[in-house]
Amino acid sequence: MNKITVKAAFKASLPIMAGYIVLGMGFGVLLAAKGYSFWWAILMCVTIFSGTMQYVGVNLLGAGASVISTAIITLTVNARHLFYGISMLERYKDMGWRKWYAFFGLTDETYSLICLEPRLPKGADRRDFNFLLTLMNQIYWIIGGFLGAFLASLIPFNSAGLDFSMTALFVIIFVEQWEISRCRIPIYLGLGVSLACLFIFGADNFLIPSMLGISAGLFIFRKRIENAEREALKHD
Amino acid sequence: MIDAKHSLILIAVIAGVTILLRFLPYFVFSKHTPKAVLYLGSVLPYSLVAMLLVYCLKGTDFKSASHGIPEIAAVALVAVLHKWKHNTLLSVLCGTIFYMVMVQFVFA
Repeated sequence: MNKITVKAAFKASLPIMAGYIVLGMGFGVLLAAKGYSFWWAILMCVTIFSGTMQYVGVNLLGAGASVISTAIITLTVNARHLFYGISMLERYKDMGWRKWYAFFGLTDETYSLICLEPRLPKGADRRDFNFLLTLMNQIYWIIGGFLGAFLASLIPFNSAGLDFSMTALFVIIFVEQWEISRCRIPIYLGLGVSLACLFIFGADNFLIPSMLGISAGLFIFRKRIENAEREALKHD
Repeated sequence: MIDAKHSLILIAVIAGVTILLRFLPYFVFSKHTPKAVLYLGSVLPYSLVAMLLVYCLKGTDFKSASHGIPEIAAVALVAVLHKWKHNTLLSVLCGTIFYMVMVQFVFA
């Protein structure tokens, strides 16, 4: 892995750094409040590496949930990762041994960044870049989880609102996709179906119906989307 | 804290199911990927980022004292700033600081 690639991956990971350390700390604080030491926080950040599920996991551990209900809740909360894997089939195809870790570490944020296929400097290797970006993100996440559980309530500054950095990142990726997309139907579908499902099913249950609705919509409009992309390619 | 053994089992279940979800498409489709799946893989990122954005903002309470103004204003700021400067770090920093000031001081 050459220096240029490491540098490029580090630069690309910077916007995630603040968000992961803060969200990781939030998780660590909550876990410590249930009586778990920082070793448990590190263990979860290393093996699970999924923000939403670790927050939910704190409550499952706290309540001493059963294995079956834990498995079902994880399935429903993290079902969206199935769709991430589908988008990466082509992108990670040539990654060799790196792909095992890259698929393991496919979080919402890493997925969104890698899907943009950021332009790399000359001499950088995209396979190493994807691998390193995933790894750096997980390191931030582990540091956050450790700090949160270790310092628990000792945090001296008011961090309310700091987690907006993650929302900001998605806004940015949304804007960039808006600009590079050859056909905006998938974006409209994503927004429209998710908002409709949010109103119908509520904040806690809208992800799975959204994903089903989006997939259905993408197939209904498949001809139009593919034609629009073909047309745009002709004009490029 | 519940006992260490049950804790370890639950963590293993969460990790195992998450890993399975992340790898399943690869195990099922790596040898042969149907055209429909390739199509889905190429257009899904656009839809899913829009969905994640809704997911991030799902907790916004328009009936609260702030009426969701900090969220709307901060999202608008990030979008405009990014459209203008195309600097990811700058957009994240300005948006986050602006949002923190809004929730900690303006709408405290």
